[in-house]
Amino acid sequence: MGDKGMVIVGAGEAGVRAAFALRERGYQGTVTLIGDEPHLPYERPPLSKGSEEAGTVRAIVASERFAEAGITFLRGQRAISLDLARHALRLEAGEILSYERLLLATGAAPRRFPGLATSDRIHVLRTVEDASAIRRHMREDGRVAILGGGFIGLELAAMGRKLGTAVTLFEAQPRVLMRGVPEKLALALQARHAAEGVELLCGVGIETIADGESGVTIGFADGRRIEVDAVVVGIGAQPNTRLAAEAGLAIDNGIAVDRHLATSDPHIFAAGDCCSFPVTAYGGRRVRLESWRNAQEQGSVAAANMLGEAASFDAVPWFWSDQYDLTLQVAGLSDGATSTVGRTLSPEAEILFHLDAEGRLLAASGLGPGGAVARDIRLAEMLIARGTRADPAALADPSVKLKSLL
Amino acid sequence: MSTWIDVCDKDEIDEEDVIRFDHAGKSYAVYRSPEDSFHATDGHCTHENVHLADGLVMDDIIECPKHNGRFNYKTGQAKGAPVCVNLKTYAVKVDGGRVFIQVG
Ligand SMILES: Cc1cc2nc3c(=O)[nH]c(=O)nc-3n(C[C@H](O)[C@H](O)[C@H](O)COP(=O)(O)OP(=O)(O)OC[C@H]3O[C@@H](n4cnc5c(N)ncnc54)[C@H](O)[C@@H]3O)c2cc1C
Ligand code: FES
Repeated sequence: MGDKGMVIVGAGEAGVRAAFALRERGYQGTVTLIGDEPHLPYERPPLSKGSEEAGTVRAIVASERFAEAGITFLRGQRAISLDLARHALRLEAGEILSYERLLLATGAAPRRFPGLATSDRIHVLRTVEDASAIRRHMREDGRVAILGGGFIGLELAAMGRKLGTAVTLFEAQPRVLMRGVPEKLALALQARHAAEGVELLCGVGIETIADGESGVTIGFADGRRIEVDAVVVGIGAQPNTRLAAEAGLAIDNGIAVDRHLATSDPHIFAAGDCCSFPVTAYGGRRVRLESWRNAQEQGSVAAANMLGEAASFDAVPWFWSDQYDLTLQVAGLSDGATSTVGRTLSPEAEILFHLDAEGRLLAASGLGPGGAVARDIRLAEMLIARGTRADPAALADPSVKLKSLL
Repeated sequence: MSTWIDVCDKDEIDEEDVIRFDHAGKSYAVYRSPEDSFHATDGHCTHENVHLADGLVMDDIIECPKHNGRFNYKTGQAKGAPVCVNLKTYAVKVDGGRVFIQVG
């Protein structure tokens, strides 16, 4: 390749993985990684989890690895415009970088509650700054409201309870985790949150949120009001597409890429939370995922294709969530499933397998303490990838090793 | 000083599988490979403090149950993101149908 080199915008999971994957594949030209946060790249999942090292920031790679691998990391620098014809990227500070191939790994930004500005008391959660601002309210005598019963909201509720904070969680839908998690497991999680003392209000309409001097007042559609120290809004995220959209790249619920993760400009790739892609294991349906492993895997495939390979991205979607001592893991996409088979591993650990009309395994969701469901979910992922028609009786019987079905 | 510690009966570990073994305040993972050889590593992943015994063994690889970080359990080598620190390995012998690991 020429000497313009490889440029990556966004130093999160996807961007960092891609930068190192370029070197692991023997690329010798320049690799420039641009990130607008003032930190070394860090992992986001711990930000919402009450794990033992609460408050510490875990780096994605040790800082010296950038120099060792010959990766130029431009920290705290924002890319502001992209000229497709000139293969040029402009940074906020004025610098212009030319690229042979460009990767957009710009991630996603939290959705805001309509009409509600963030403040000392109103927060969203994406960055380490957000996390430490939220933690300041997670005190023993504190009272926090969480808007949204998605993963981040539920994990924060668990963290709050662990730290002794009074937590009220609102979900507009009739139950938490409406998207992507089967009802049975969502209800089991709800029951656990209730047992831990979280006040859980589902199907509740919020009328007003008043950010005052000494607290935030939330008014409900039914006239009730509550007062809290702080509010965390956890109602999803939207892909950071502005740079791509302004340059004229195709956008479709994220930067639209093909199965090689190429955008509508063949010199430009996209990976991670910012992109939507055809999910080959599910008939090429276009999806956008917000998942840590997906970001890494797409970063590696994008790197291969930036170097001229034609690798297809065909991983089965997978994610996890930790709440209290429970871990939820989901492999695959259950939309289109016509039947569900349960496998009970222990009184606290269960897996649900979702099958299509032909008996093919589409997805598996597991909930249990620690690593209880991990092995079976991983094996289910392999069965899904192979398009296996699995015998429901074998799936339901915990004494049948799933490995034997491979 | 290093000593051989009795872990378990050979048949308590399935082929291509792993068990947890705790001894003197430390935790280990003891493996039986598809070729019927026995191996041992530190019990916890080098990414987070998660026990590997719930993970999946495939050929020479143990996959961490938490985020699927992969190690070669024969050499301890970390096989890439998210794990970058190798696992410590321990010598293993089978004597009279019992599995022993060398610690210390
Ligand atoms: C609190 C939290 C908890 C999570 N927990 C889990 C979990 O338990 N399990 C799971 O599977 N997933 C989890 N996730 C999701 C996972 O962290 C994301 O999917 C992953 O971080 C996506 O990586 P990415 O590289 O695509 O984007 P990001 O990590 O968002 O990185 C993108 C980076 O690009 C930067 N950037 C954007 N635009 C520009 C620009 N123009 N110039 C320069 N830099 C730019 C951004 O500031 C950001 O640093 C969690 C996410 C959050 C926020
Ligand atoms: S804890 Fe093992 S890979 Fe993360």
